Amino acid sequence: MQHYCVQTVSYLPHFISTVVVAGMVLSFTSTDGIITNILTLFGFPKQNLLMDASNFRTIYVASGIWQGVGWGSIIYIAALSGINQELYEAAKIDGAGRWKQTLHVTLPGITPTIITMLILRVGTMMSLGHEKVMLLYNPGIYETADVISTYVYRKGLIDMSYSYSAAVGLFNSVVNLVLLWGANKISRSLTETSLW
Amino acid sequence: MSKLTFGEKVYQVFNYAFLTLLAFMTLYPFLYVIFASFSNPVKLYTHEGLLLYPQGFTTRAYEMVLKDPRIVTGYANTIFYVVVGTALNIIMSCIGAYVLSRPYLKLRRFFTIMIVFTMYFGGGLIPHYLLVKSLHLDNTRWALIVPGLINTWNLIIMMTAFRNVPISLDESARIDGAGEWRILFQIVLPLVVPTIMVMVLYCAVGHWNSWFNAMIYLRDRGKYPLQLFLREILVENRLNEITAGQGQANEVEDVGTTIKYATIIVSTVPILLVYPFIQKYFVHGVMIGAIKG
Repeated sequence: MQHYCVQTVSYLPHFISTVVVAGMVLSFTSTDGIITNILTLFGFPKQNLLMDASNFRTIYVASGIWQGVGWGSIIYIAALSGINQELYEAAKIDGAGRWKQTLHVTLPGITPTIITMLILRVGTMMSLGHEKVMLLYNPGIYETADVISTYVYRKGLIDMSYSYSAAVGLFNSVVNLVLLWGANKISRSLTETSLW
Repeated sequence: MSKLTFGEKVYQVFNYAFLTLLAFMTLYPFLYVIFASFSNPVKLYTHEGLLLYPQGFTTRAYEMVLKDPRIVTGYANTIFYVVVGTALNIIMSCIGAYVLSRPYLKLRRFFTIMIVFTMYFGGGLIPHYLLVKSLHLDNTRWALIVPGLINTWNLIIMMTAFRNVPISLDESARIDGAGEWRILFQIVLPLVVPTIMVMVLYCAVGHWNSWFNAMIYLRDRGKYPLQLFLREILVENRLNEITAGQGQANEVEDVGTTIKYATIIVSTVPILLVYPFIQKYFVHGVMIGAIKG
Protein backbone atom coordinates (compact mmCIF):
# COMPACT_ATOMS: atom_id res chain seq x y z
CA MET A 1 0.00 0.00 0.00
CA GLN A 2 2.76 2.45 0.95
CA HIS A 3 4.60 1.85 -2.29
CA TYR A 4 1.38 2.42 -4.19
CA CYS A 5 0.98 5.82 -2.49
CA VAL A 6 4.55 6.84 -3.24
CA GLN A 7 4.13 5.77 -6.85
CA THR A 8 0.89 7.72 -7.29
CA VAL A 9 2.44 10.81 -5.76
CA SER A 10 5.60 10.52 -7.80
CA TYR A 11 3.70 10.34 -11.11
CA LEU A 12 1.90 13.56 -10.32
CA PRO A 13 4.44 16.10 -11.66
CA HIS A 14 4.41 14.33 -15.02
CA PHE A 15 0.87 15.59 -15.58
CA ILE A 16 1.62 19.23 -14.91
CA SER A 17 2.08 21.20 -18.10
CA THR A 18 5.50 22.49 -19.10
CA VAL A 19 4.31 26.08 -18.82
CA VAL A 20 3.16 25.62 -15.24
CA VAL A 21 6.36 23.78 -14.28
CA ALA A 22 8.42 26.57 -15.81
CA GLY A 23 6.27 29.12 -14.00
CA MET A 24 6.87 27.35 -10.71
CA VAL A 25 10.61 27.12 -11.35
CA LEU A 26 10.78 30.81 -12.25
CA SER A 27 8.90 31.82 -9.10
CA PHE A 28 10.91 29.54 -6.83
CA THR A 29 14.26 30.76 -8.16
CA SER A 30 13.39 34.45 -8.29
CA THR A 31 15.00 36.86 -5.84
CA ASP A 32 12.44 36.15 -3.11
CA GLY A 33 11.56 32.60 -4.20
CA ILE A 34 11.54 29.62 -1.86
CA ILE A 35 14.66 27.96 -3.31
CA THR A 36 16.62 31.22 -3.19
CA ASN A 37 15.37 31.68 0.37
CA ILE A 38 16.58 28.28 1.48
CA LEU A 39 19.94 28.78 -0.24
CA THR A 40 20.47 32.10 1.55
CA LEU A 41 20.18 30.19 4.85
CA PHE A 42 23.33 28.38 3.73
CA GLY A 43 25.10 31.62 2.94
CA PHE A 44 24.37 32.01 -0.75
CA PRO A 45 23.74 35.56 -2.00
CA LYS A 46 20.10 36.61 -2.39
CA GLN A 47 19.72 36.93 -6.13
CA ASN A 48 17.63 35.70 -9.04
CA LEU A 49 19.19 32.30 -9.68
CA LEU A 50 18.32 32.20 -13.37
CA MET A 51 20.12 35.47 -14.07
CA ASP A 52 23.37 33.62 -13.48
CA ALA A 53 24.19 31.48 -16.50
CA SER A 54 26.12 28.94 -14.45
CA ASN A 55 22.94 27.93 -12.59
CA PHE A 56 20.85 27.24 -15.66
CA ARG A 57 21.95 23.68 -16.31
CA THR A 58 21.48 22.64 -12.69
CA ILE A 59 18.01 24.13 -12.56
CA TYR A 60 17.01 22.66 -15.90
CA VAL A 61 18.19 19.15 -15.04
CA ALA A 62 16.92 19.22 -11.45
CA SER A 63 13.44 20.32 -12.48
CA GLY A 64 13.49 17.65 -15.20
CA ILE A 65 14.30 14.99 -12.64
CA TRP A 66 11.62 16.29 -10.30
CA GLN A 67 9.08 16.05 -13.08
CA GLY A 68 10.17 12.77 -14.62
CA VAL A 69 11.57 10.46 -11.98
CA GLY A 70 8.33 8.81 -10.91
CA TRP A 71 6.97 8.41 -14.39
CA GLY A 72 10.28 7.16 -15.73
CA SER A 73 10.33 4.47 -13.06
CA ILE A 74 7.15 2.77 -14.30
CA ILE A 75 8.97 0.83 -16.96
CA TYR A 76 11.73 -0.21 -14.59
CA ILE A 77 9.23 -1.31 -11.96
CA ALA A 78 7.59 -3.51 -14.57
CA ALA A 79 10.97 -4.91 -15.61
CA LEU A 80 11.92 -5.55 -11.98
CA SER A 81 8.73 -7.42 -11.22
CA GLY A 82 9.36 -9.51 -14.32
CA ILE A 83 12.54 -11.01 -12.86
CA ASN A 84 12.11 -14.64 -11.88
CA GLN A 85 11.89 -14.83 -8.06
CA GLU A 86 13.60 -18.23 -8.08
CA LEU A 87 16.82 -16.53 -9.16
CA TYR A 88 16.81 -14.59 -5.87
CA GLU A 89 16.16 -17.78 -3.91
CA ALA A 90 19.03 -19.51 -5.69
CA ALA A 91 21.36 -16.57 -5.03
CA LYS A 92 20.36 -16.54 -1.35
CA ILE A 93 21.17 -20.25 -1.02
CA ASP A 94 24.56 -19.54 -2.58
CA GLY A 95 25.14 -16.99 0.18
CA ALA A 96 24.43 -13.72 -1.62
CA GLY A 97 23.20 -10.84 0.52
CA ARG A 98 20.92 -7.99 -0.61
CA TRP A 99 23.77 -6.15 -2.26
CA LYS A 100 25.12 -9.15 -4.16
CA GLN A 101 21.60 -10.04 -5.26
CA THR A 102 21.11 -6.55 -6.64
CA LEU A 103 24.41 -6.71 -8.47
CA HIS A 104 24.16 -10.20 -9.95
CA VAL A 105 20.43 -10.86 -10.32
CA THR A 106 18.57 -7.55 -10.52
CA LEU A 107 20.93 -5.58 -12.74
CA PRO A 108 21.41 -8.26 -15.40
CA GLY A 109 17.65 -8.80 -15.32
CA ILE A 110 16.83 -5.23 -16.28
CA THR A 111 19.79 -4.57 -18.60
CA PRO A 112 17.72 -4.97 -21.79
CA THR A 113 15.23 -2.41 -20.46
CA ILE A 114 18.00 0.01 -19.54
CA ILE A 115 19.56 -0.32 -23.01
CA THR A 116 16.26 0.16 -24.82
CA MET A 117 15.45 3.26 -22.76
CA LEU A 118 18.94 4.59 -23.38
CA ILE A 119 18.60 4.21 -27.14
CA LEU A 120 15.20 5.90 -27.10
CA ARG A 121 16.62 8.78 -25.09
CA VAL A 122 19.60 9.16 -27.42
CA GLY A 123 17.15 9.32 -30.30
CA THR A 124 15.34 12.26 -28.75
CA MET A 125 18.47 13.94 -27.43
CA MET A 126 18.68 16.59 -30.13
CA SER A 127 15.09 17.72 -29.84
CA LEU A 128 14.39 17.15 -26.20
CA GLY A 129 13.12 19.81 -23.87
CA HIS A 130 13.42 22.90 -26.05
CA GLU A 131 10.02 24.06 -24.81
CA LYS A 132 11.23 24.24 -21.25
CA VAL A 133 14.47 25.94 -22.27
CA MET A 134 12.45 28.53 -24.13
CA LEU A 135 10.30 29.19 -21.09
CA LEU A 136 13.17 29.35 -18.62
CA TYR A 137 15.89 31.29 -20.35
CA ASN A 138 16.42 35.01 -20.77
CA PRO A 139 18.59 37.04 -23.15
CA GLY A 140 21.35 37.31 -20.55
CA ILE A 141 22.01 33.57 -20.54
CA TYR A 142 21.30 32.63 -24.18
CA GLU A 143 24.87 31.45 -24.64
CA THR A 144 24.58 28.80 -21.94
CA ALA A 145 20.93 27.93 -22.23
CA ASP A 146 20.48 27.67 -26.00
CA VAL A 147 19.82 24.29 -27.56
CA ILE A 148 19.69 23.92 -31.33
CA SER A 149 15.89 23.98 -31.45
CA THR A 150 15.66 27.26 -29.55
CA TYR A 151 18.39 28.75 -31.73
CA VAL A 152 16.49 27.68 -34.85
CA TYR A 153 13.34 29.24 -33.44
CA ARG A 154 15.00 32.58 -32.71
CA LYS A 155 16.95 32.76 -35.97
CA GLY A 156 14.10 31.53 -38.13
CA LEU A 157 10.89 32.84 -36.70
CA ILE A 158 12.05 35.93 -34.82
CA ASP A 159 14.86 37.10 -37.14
CA MET A 160 13.11 35.70 -40.25
CA SER A 161 16.22 34.12 -41.74
CA TYR A 162 14.37 31.05 -42.94
CA SER A 163 16.95 29.35 -45.11
CA TYR A 164 19.78 29.59 -42.60
CA SER A 165 17.72 28.24 -39.72
CA ALA A 166 16.12 25.55 -41.89
CA ALA A 167 19.65 24.37 -42.68
CA VAL A 168 20.53 24.33 -39.00
CA GLY A 169 17.37 22.36 -38.30
CA LEU A 170 18.09 19.82 -41.02
CA PHE A 171 21.63 19.41 -39.76
CA ASN A 172 20.14 18.76 -36.34
CA SER A 173 17.91 16.03 -37.76
CA VAL A 174 20.85 14.39 -39.49
CA VAL A 175 22.93 14.37 -36.30
CA ASN A 176 19.95 12.94 -34.49
CA LEU A 177 19.55 10.12 -36.97
CA VAL A 178 23.25 9.29 -36.81
CA LEU A 179 23.16 9.23 -33.01
CA LEU A 180 20.15 6.94 -32.97
CA TRP A 181 21.67 4.64 -35.55
CA GLY A 182 24.98 4.56 -33.71
CA ALA A 183 23.45 3.86 -30.31
CA ASN A 184 21.36 1.09 -31.78
CA LYS A 185 24.37 -0.44 -33.52
CA ILE A 186 26.50 -0.40 -30.37
CA SER A 187 23.72 -1.85 -28.29
CA ARG A 188 23.10 -4.60 -30.83
CA SER A 189 26.70 -5.69 -30.85
CA LEU A 190 27.09 -5.48 -27.06
CA THR A 191 23.83 -6.85 -25.75
CA GLU A 192 21.77 -8.10 -28.68
CA THR A 193 19.07 -5.55 -27.79
CA SER A 194 18.03 -3.32 -30.65
CA LEU A 195 15.17 -1.14 -31.80
CA TRP A 196 14.90 -2.62 -35.26
CA MET B 1 6.73 -12.41 7.36
CA SER B 2 9.84 -14.26 8.57
CA LYS B 3 12.24 -12.72 11.09
CA LEU B 4 14.43 -10.01 9.63
CA THR B 5 18.18 -10.00 9.98
CA PHE B 6 19.95 -6.82 11.10
CA GLY B 7 20.98 -6.00 7.55
CA GLU B 8 17.41 -6.33 6.32
CA LYS B 9 16.15 -4.06 9.09
CA VAL B 10 18.66 -1.39 8.09
CA TYR B 11 17.55 -1.85 4.50
CA GLN B 12 13.88 -1.39 5.44
CA VAL B 13 14.61 1.76 7.44
CA PHE B 14 16.56 3.31 4.60
CA ASN B 15 13.96 2.22 2.10
CA TYR B 16 11.10 3.91 3.94
CA ALA B 17 13.16 6.99 4.76
CA PHE B 18 14.13 7.37 1.13
CA LEU B 19 10.61 6.85 -0.21
CA THR B 20 9.15 9.29 2.31
CA LEU B 21 11.73 11.86 1.29
CA LEU B 22 10.93 11.24 -2.37
CA ALA B 23 7.20 11.71 -1.78
CA PHE B 24 7.83 14.86 0.24
CA MET B 25 10.08 16.37 -2.41
CA THR B 26 7.51 15.63 -5.07
CA LEU B 27 4.63 17.07 -3.11
CA TYR B 28 6.20 20.03 -1.38
CA PRO B 29 6.34 22.34 -4.42
CA PHE B 30 2.59 21.84 -4.86
CA LEU B 31 1.92 22.44 -1.18
CA TYR B 32 4.07 25.55 -1.33
CA VAL B 33 2.10 26.87 -4.28
CA ILE B 34 -1.19 26.21 -2.47
CA PHE B 35 -0.03 27.87 0.76
CA ALA B 36 1.51 30.80 -1.06
CA SER B 37 -1.61 31.39 -3.15
CA PHE B 38 -3.67 31.88 0.03
CA SER B 39 -1.05 34.03 1.71
CA ASN B 40 -0.91 37.71 2.33
CA PRO B 41 1.69 38.93 -0.21
CA VAL B 42 3.53 41.18 2.23
CA LYS B 43 3.78 38.48 4.89
CA LEU B 44 4.83 35.98 2.24
CA TYR B 45 7.57 38.33 1.10
CA THR B 46 9.06 38.68 4.57
CA HIS B 47 8.70 35.00 5.42
CA GLU B 48 11.92 33.00 5.50
CA GLY B 49 12.58 29.27 5.22
CA LEU B 50 10.03 26.55 4.52
CA LEU B 51 6.43 27.64 4.20
CA LEU B 52 4.25 25.21 6.13
CA TYR B 53 0.88 27.01 6.19
CA PRO B 54 -0.61 30.13 4.53
CA GLN B 55 0.76 33.37 5.97
CA GLY B 56 -2.26 35.52 6.81
CA PHE B 57 -5.09 33.72 5.03
CA THR B 58 -6.68 35.64 2.17
CA THR B 59 -8.43 34.67 -1.07
CA ARG B 60 -7.77 37.99 -2.76
CA ALA B 61 -5.40 36.50 -5.33
CA TYR B 62 -8.10 34.04 -6.42
CA GLU B 63 -10.69 36.78 -6.71
CA MET B 64 -8.34 38.68 -9.00
CA VAL B 65 -7.46 35.63 -11.10
CA LEU B 66 -11.06 34.64 -11.64
CA LYS B 67 -11.83 38.18 -12.81
CA ASP B 68 -9.13 37.95 -15.47
CA PRO B 69 -10.78 37.56 -18.89
CA ARG B 70 -7.72 35.65 -20.15
CA ILE B 71 -8.39 32.68 -17.89
CA VAL B 72 -11.97 32.28 -19.13
CA THR B 73 -11.05 32.68 -22.82
CA GLY B 74 -8.11 30.34 -22.38
CA TYR B 75 -10.21 27.67 -20.73
CA ALA B 76 -12.89 27.85 -23.44
CA ASN B 77 -10.34 27.61 -26.25
CA THR B 78 -8.39 24.83 -24.60
CA ILE B 79 -11.55 22.77 -24.12
CA PHE B 80 -12.30 23.25 -27.81
CA TYR B 81 -8.79 22.14 -28.83
CA VAL B 82 -8.84 19.17 -26.48
CA VAL B 83 -12.27 17.90 -27.54
CA VAL B 84 -12.11 18.53 -31.30
CA GLY B 85 -8.40 17.77 -31.58
CA THR B 86 -8.60 14.50 -29.69
CA ALA B 87 -11.70 13.32 -31.55
CA LEU B 88 -10.08 13.97 -34.94
CA ASN B 89 -6.77 12.44 -33.79
CA ILE B 90 -8.48 9.23 -32.80
CA ILE B 91 -10.65 8.95 -35.92
CA MET B 92 -7.74 9.54 -38.29
CA SER B 93 -5.37 7.24 -36.42
CA CYS B 94 -7.99 4.49 -36.34
CA ILE B 95 -8.60 4.69 -40.06
CA GLY B 96 -4.88 4.83 -40.83
CA ALA B 97 -3.93 2.05 -38.46
CA TYR B 98 -6.76 -0.18 -39.67
CA VAL B 99 -5.68 0.08 -43.29
CA LEU B 100 -2.01 -0.50 -42.47
CA SER B 101 -2.74 -3.44 -40.21
CA ARG B 102 -4.68 -5.51 -42.77
CA PRO B 103 -2.39 -7.80 -44.76
CA TYR B 104 -4.29 -7.43 -48.06
CA LEU B 105 -3.24 -3.80 -48.57
CA LYS B 106 -0.80 -3.56 -51.47
CA LEU B 107 2.54 -1.85 -50.75
CA ARG B 108 1.75 -2.06 -47.03
CA ARG B 109 5.39 -2.36 -46.04
CA PHE B 110 6.33 0.63 -48.15
CA PHE B 111 3.66 2.85 -46.60
CA THR B 112 4.54 1.71 -43.10
CA ILE B 113 8.21 2.49 -43.60
CA MET B 114 7.37 5.91 -45.03
CA ILE B 115 5.33 6.71 -41.95
CA VAL B 116 7.76 5.28 -39.40
CA PHE B 117 10.60 7.18 -41.05
CA THR B 118 9.05 10.49 -40.02
CA MET B 119 9.45 9.46 -36.41
CA TYR B 120 13.23 9.41 -36.73
CA PHE B 121 13.87 12.10 -39.28
CA GLY B 122 12.15 15.35 -40.13
CA GLY B 123 12.80 18.69 -41.76
CA GLY B 124 12.47 20.56 -38.50
CA LEU B 125 10.63 23.62 -37.34
CA ILE B 126 11.09 26.05 -40.21
CA PRO B 127 9.83 23.90 -43.11
CA HIS B 128 6.92 22.89 -40.93
CA TYR B 129 6.11 26.51 -40.20
CA LEU B 130 6.39 27.54 -43.87
CA LEU B 131 4.14 24.65 -44.88
CA VAL B 132 1.41 25.64 -42.44
CA LYS B 133 1.74 29.26 -43.56
CA SER B 134 1.44 28.49 -47.25
CA LEU B 135 -1.58 26.31 -46.58
CA HIS B 136 -3.11 29.47 -45.03
CA LEU B 137 -3.69 27.61 -41.81
CA ASP B 138 -1.78 30.15 -39.72
CA ASN B 139 -3.86 32.23 -37.34
CA THR B 140 -6.69 29.70 -37.56
CA ARG B 141 -7.70 27.17 -34.95
CA TRP B 142 -6.93 24.41 -37.43
CA ALA B 143 -3.22 25.19 -37.27
CA LEU B 144 -3.22 23.55 -33.84
CA ILE B 145 -5.22 20.53 -34.95
CA VAL B 146 -4.53 19.57 -38.56
CA PRO B 147 -0.69 19.35 -38.67
CA GLY B 148 -0.66 16.96 -35.71
CA LEU B 149 -3.65 14.87 -36.74
CA ILE B 150 -1.62 11.70 -36.82
CA ASN B 151 1.02 11.08 -34.24
CA THR B 152 3.32 8.42 -35.63
CA TRP B 153 3.98 6.78 -32.30
CA ASN B 154 0.27 6.50 -31.53
CA LEU B 155 -0.41 5.19 -35.01
CA ILE B 156 2.13 2.42 -34.52
CA ILE B 157 0.64 1.45 -31.17
CA MET B 158 -2.82 1.32 -32.75
CA MET B 159 -1.47 -0.71 -35.66
CA THR B 160 -0.03 -3.23 -33.23
CA ALA B 161 -3.39 -3.45 -31.46
CA PHE B 162 -5.29 -3.92 -34.73
CA ARG B 163 -2.87 -6.59 -35.86
CA ASN B 164 -3.78 -8.66 -32.85
CA VAL B 165 -7.40 -8.82 -34.03
CA PRO B 166 -7.64 -12.08 -36.00
CA ILE B 167 -8.08 -11.48 -39.69
CA SER B 168 -10.64 -14.29 -39.82
CA LEU B 169 -13.10 -11.97 -38.06
CA ASP B 170 -12.84 -9.55 -41.00
CA GLU B 171 -13.34 -12.36 -43.43
CA SER B 172 -16.44 -13.77 -41.80
CA ALA B 173 -17.91 -10.25 -41.56
CA ARG B 174 -17.17 -9.72 -45.22
CA ILE B 175 -18.93 -12.93 -46.14
CA ASP B 176 -21.92 -11.65 -44.18
CA GLY B 177 -21.88 -8.59 -46.44
CA ALA B 178 -20.10 -5.98 -44.32
CA GLY B 179 -18.04 -3.26 -46.05
CA GLU B 180 -14.71 -1.90 -44.83
CA TRP B 181 -16.28 0.85 -42.69
CA ARG B 182 -18.61 -1.55 -40.99
CA ILE B 183 -15.77 -4.02 -40.35
CA LEU B 184 -13.66 -1.26 -38.84
CA PHE B 185 -16.28 0.33 -36.63
CA GLN B 186 -18.38 -2.68 -35.64
CA ILE B 187 -15.97 -5.60 -35.66
CA VAL B 188 -12.41 -4.42 -35.10
CA LEU B 189 -12.79 -1.25 -33.02
CA PRO B 190 -14.80 -2.78 -30.16
CA LEU B 191 -11.97 -5.25 -29.65
CA VAL B 192 -9.30 -2.59 -29.12
CA VAL B 193 -11.22 -0.23 -26.84
CA PRO B 194 -8.60 -0.35 -24.03
CA THR B 195 -5.87 0.82 -26.41
CA ILE B 196 -8.13 3.54 -27.75
CA MET B 197 -8.87 4.79 -24.26
CA VAL B 198 -5.15 5.13 -23.65
CA MET B 199 -4.76 7.01 -26.94
CA VAL B 200 -7.63 9.35 -26.01
CA LEU B 201 -5.89 10.19 -22.75
CA TYR B 202 -2.53 10.76 -24.42
CA CYS B 203 -3.99 13.00 -27.12
CA ALA B 204 -6.10 14.95 -24.65
CA VAL B 205 -3.15 15.61 -22.35
CA GLY B 206 -1.03 16.55 -25.37
CA HIS B 207 -3.57 19.13 -26.51
CA TRP B 208 -4.08 20.42 -22.99
CA ASN B 209 -0.36 21.00 -22.47
CA SER B 210 0.59 22.33 -25.88
CA TRP B 211 1.49 25.99 -26.26
CA PHE B 212 4.40 26.19 -28.68
CA ASN B 213 2.39 25.71 -31.87
CA ALA B 214 -0.19 28.19 -30.63
CA MET B 215 2.59 30.69 -30.00
CA ILE B 216 4.06 30.47 -33.48
CA TYR B 217 0.82 30.15 -35.48
CA LEU B 218 -1.75 32.28 -33.68
CA ARG B 219 -1.80 36.07 -33.65
CA ASP B 220 -5.41 36.52 -32.67
CA ARG B 221 -5.63 36.55 -28.87
CA GLY B 222 -9.21 35.32 -28.94
CA LYS B 223 -7.96 31.94 -30.15
CA TYR B 224 -5.19 31.49 -27.58
CA PRO B 225 -5.29 28.29 -25.51
CA LEU B 226 -4.98 28.50 -21.75
CA GLN B 227 -1.32 27.50 -21.71
CA LEU B 228 -0.35 30.49 -23.83
CA PHE B 229 -2.09 32.89 -21.46
CA LEU B 230 -0.42 31.08 -18.58
CA ARG B 231 2.89 31.73 -20.26
CA GLU B 232 2.08 35.44 -20.38
CA ILE B 233 1.17 35.50 -16.72
CA LEU B 234 3.75 33.12 -15.26
CA VAL B 235 6.75 33.50 -17.53
CA GLU B 236 6.50 36.93 -19.08
CA ASN B 237 5.08 38.52 -15.94
CA ARG B 238 2.29 40.27 -17.83
CA LEU B 239 -0.09 40.63 -14.92
CA ASN B 240 -1.52 43.98 -15.96
CA GLU B 241 -4.87 42.69 -17.19
CA ILE B 242 -5.49 41.25 -13.75
CA THR B 243 -4.17 44.07 -11.66
CA ALA B 244 -5.24 47.00 -13.83
CA GLY B 245 -6.65 49.78 -11.69
CA GLN B 246 -6.11 48.05 -8.39
CA GLY B 247 -3.91 49.96 -6.00
CA GLN B 248 -0.53 51.50 -6.51
CA ALA B 249 2.23 50.06 -8.61
CA ASN B 250 4.13 48.81 -5.59
CA GLU B 251 1.16 46.94 -4.18
CA VAL B 252 0.42 45.44 -7.59
CA GLU B 253 3.99 44.23 -7.78
CA ASP B 254 3.66 42.48 -4.42
CA VAL B 255 0.29 40.92 -5.14
CA GLY B 256 1.90 39.70 -8.35
CA THR B 257 3.59 36.70 -6.78
CA THR B 258 0.50 35.39 -5.04
CA ILE B 259 -1.53 35.93 -8.22
CA LYS B 260 0.91 33.72 -10.05
CA TYR B 261 0.48 30.96 -7.49
CA ALA B 262 -3.30 31.30 -7.62
CA THR B 263 -3.15 31.11 -11.42
CA ILE B 264 -1.14 27.89 -11.21
CA ILE B 265 -3.73 26.37 -8.91
CA VAL B 266 -6.72 27.50 -10.99
CA SER B 267 -5.17 26.10 -14.17
CA THR B 268 -4.02 22.82 -12.64
CA VAL B 269 -6.94 21.85 -10.41
CA PRO B 270 -8.93 20.09 -13.18
CA ILE B 271 -5.98 17.81 -13.88
CA LEU B 272 -5.32 17.13 -10.21
CA LEU B 273 -8.99 16.23 -9.74
CA VAL B 274 -9.20 13.66 -12.53
CA TYR B 275 -5.64 12.43 -12.21
CA PRO B 276 -6.10 9.78 -9.49
CA PHE B 277 -8.85 8.14 -11.52
CA ILE B 278 -7.10 7.99 -14.87
CA GLN B 279 -3.56 7.38 -13.68
CA LYS B 280 -3.79 3.61 -14.12
CA TYR B 281 -4.73 3.97 -17.81
CA PHE B 282 -1.60 6.00 -18.39
CA VAL B 283 0.50 3.36 -16.72
CA HIS B 284 -1.19 0.82 -18.98
CA GLY B 285 -0.25 3.07 -21.92
CA VAL B 286 3.41 3.19 -20.98
CA MET B 287 3.43 -0.58 -20.99
CA ILE B 288 1.79 -0.76 -24.43
CA GLY B 289 4.52 1.51 -25.77
CA ALA B 290 7.19 -0.57 -24.09
CA ILE B 291 6.02 -3.83 -25.61
CA LYS B 292 6.56 -2.38 -29.05
CA GLY B 293 9.95 -1.09 -27.82
